[in-house]
Amino acid sequence: MSTTPAPYRSNLPAGGGGFLQLLHAEWTKFRTVRGWMVALVVAGLLVVLMAYLATFHHQNFVQAGPGSPVVVAHPFVPLGPSGEAVTDTFYFVHQSLQGNGSITVRLSSLTGLIEQSSGSGSLGQGHSQGSSSQTQARPGLVPWAKAGIIVKDSTRQGSAYAALMVTGAHGVRLQYDYTHDIAGPPAAVSTASARWLRLSRFGDVLSGSESTDGAHWTTVGSIRLAGLPQTVQAGLFVTSPPLVPSRVFASPSASSATAFFDQVSLAGHWPHNTWSGLGVGAGSVGAGTVTPTLGTGGFRQAGDTFAVTGSGDIAPAVGDVGYTPYESLQGVFVGLLMVIVLGALFITAEYRRGLIRSSFAASPRRGRVLAAKALVLGAATFAVGLIAAAIALSLGDRLLRATGNYLYPVSALTELRVMLGTAALFALAAVLALALGAILRRGAGVVAAGIVLFVLPSVLGASYLPTSAEQWLLRLTPAAGYAIQQSLVRYPQVSYAYTAANGYFPLAPWAGFAVLCAYGALALGLAFMLLRRRDA
Amino acid sequence: MRPALHCEWTKLRTVAGPSWLLLATVSLTVALSAFAAASARHAQAGPGLDLTRLSLTGIYLGQAIVAILGVVTIGSEYAFGVIRITLAAVPGRWTVLAAKAVVVGGLALAAGIVAVLGSLLAGRLILPGHGFTVAHGYALLSLTHGPTLRAVAGSVLYFGLIALLSLGVATAVRSSAAAIGIVLGLLYLFPIIAAVVPDAHWQRHLQQIAPMTAGLAVQATANVHSLPISPWGGLGVLAAWAAAALLVGALLLKLRDV
Repeated sequence: MSTTPAPYRSNLPAGGGGFLQLLHAEWTKFRTVRGWMVALVVAGLLVVLMAYLATFHHQNFVQAGPGSPVVVAHPFVPLGPSGEAVTDTFYFVHQSLQGNGSITVRLSSLTGLIEQSSGSGSLGQGHSQGSSSQTQARPGLVPWAKAGIIVKDSTRQGSAYAALMVTGAHGVRLQYDYTHDIAGPPAAVSTASARWLRLSRFGDVLSGSESTDGAHWTTVGSIRLAGLPQTVQAGLFVTSPPLVPSRVFASPSASSATAFFDQVSLAGHWPHNTWSGLGVGAGSVGAGTVTPTLGTGGFRQAGDTFAVTGSGDIAPAVGDVGYTPYESLQGVFVGLLMVIVLGALFITAEYRRGLIRSSFAASPRRGRVLAAKALVLGAATFAVGLIAAAIALSLGDRLLRATGNYLYPVSALTELRVMLGTAALFALAAVLALALGAILRRGAGVVAAGIVLFVLPSVLGASYLPTSAEQWLLRLTPAAGYAIQQSLVRYPQVSYAYTAANGYFPLAPWAGFAVLCAYGALALGLAFMLLRRRDA
Repeated sequence: MRPALHCEWTKLRTVAGPSWLLLATVSLTVALSAFAAASARHAQAGPGLDLTRLSLTGIYLGQAIVAILGVVTIGSEYAFGVIRITLAAVPGRWTVLAAKAVVVGGLALAAGIVAVLGSLLAGRLILPGHGFTVAHGYALLSLTHGPTLRAVAGSVLYFGLIALLSLGVATAVRSSAAAIGIVLGLLYLFPIIAAVVPDAHWQRHLQQIAPMTAGLAVQATANVHSLPISPWGGLGVLAAWAAAALLVGALLLKLRDV
């Protein structure tokens, strides 16, 4: 009688190891393909190189006055009460108001001039002094031309204010401290239908009301300006921002507006009782280059009738005025393209060589294999993206400052969001490509799909595709995720070409990012389902 | 050459992939073109918009599918080792590449004709409804208009050249995924890099040598003189890129083991 020998049993733990071992296995696969590691490093380097290309500008020069030395600097950009960059250029017919009081005017006409487009050079890089008055102009009123009454902390650019105005095409508005805008009745002004405006100060509270006949008044709004001094500058103002062209590549045309005020009546203590005119912002360094102006304006007075002409804007600064962190991250497209190829290869190469069968034999739970791959790939691309973005941002920042360019003030939190968001873009693009790879299993198709989804919407922005169509692509495709890189705020009360090329995206940063995440989740879910159902 | 051609034609004809790619080329090109035309409004665009160019916007997308077709023509043979059988059957390696170029170039041209004419037809049907009428100074899109005919013929040739460029790159790098990455990088990233470079002089030079920007100059029917490169000259630049890629691919195919 012989006993049958006990069958062999492996001493290794059952179940093919835990998730950690799986992660380790996938990391080893990723790490040991030399071409992939080289591609990952090159992707990061290209992002930095592109930051250098994009920010290594010619130096900007400005001259403070006719006799002053020319220095490397940017035109002066005032900061508003809460620290944001603003435009504060207008013609101000003012006098001092002590304590509480009010000013009432009748606005009987508002007309304007628009510079004829002569194909002038790029803005923001010019070093001309002020604005030339020889340029040709045609009659026309821009939609956000503003004329009305204003109470302002001082005549210093960027100081606090509240203004009640009639605009070119947006009716009566009460605006204050640059970023705030309250809409009143939508009517325009003409000699046939004049409009009365009244702005009163009571302590910190300023109230604006308007009337069509000077007898029946409706309140437009009441706002609080904390910290307004006892003596303020108050009076009439006119300004007119550049006309934004409908075409993407055309440059804006400067404009000016002229308003007729009469029946000016004052209440309260106005100690000097004489009006003086001032072109606010006209004497600042590089005036007229940041926001193109048409002349510096002026006023004529006959009794209580005033004709005031002004050009410029009282509004938050947008676009061309300066640069944002987005400028240093133009190379993200190049990096993303390489990361997409990597993500696709990370799984399609296994299908191509049949290695995927070994992977699934070693770890039969296929979803866990996909999860491990996604984690390894996501972490590696996130790390490279983060390092590249950090270097690109600090390099771009330094180069732009050294060449005398203006950088928008950006909070540390926003800068952090842009930096981490860029790294997350890398990771999500790679993982999306990985999921597509698991779905399609063909390298060429996956890479092409990934590149088309992430890069093509931005390429189309420079094509003949209408801007509205581009905006829809940036809402609906994974390219919506680029919104996470936006650091500027879109203001409905400022006309500007709010396009991706200028750093503005149609969705809010986190909303756009959520769209991208949704695509990633959808693709991963579909890949997970197909992996379980299909043969490998 | 004839047996090699017949062989390549049979290979492409008898698998499902290429026909789906050709169908996708046509439908995606026409779809994006129609989307572009449908979102244009005369009230926003004003006078002087290049309607032909607008109607052919879909080529930006269609070329990616044509590039896949060009790449997989040889890339899939490398992936599955069929290339060894092919080269055993037809030992003249340049003959093989030439036959592939003729077949895939011809298919791309055929798809291009349908895609481009379909896009133009979509523009012709959609645009007048959005204010681009004779009353506003816009003529109906028509092939009898010289520059429009040039844009259409040039766009069809553009498709063919993209297929050849992709074939050349894929022959050189032997991997479909890497090849499509290189081709689409060449096409899409050049204009992005050109836009980033702040110097206008360099920007113009980059636009003159970029395969996509130069090649698509042939679509312009208005303000031709303000373009960085002339219409046919631009298509010539793309042809030079395709020829260079094919040449490098042919040399490597000749010199390397498979």
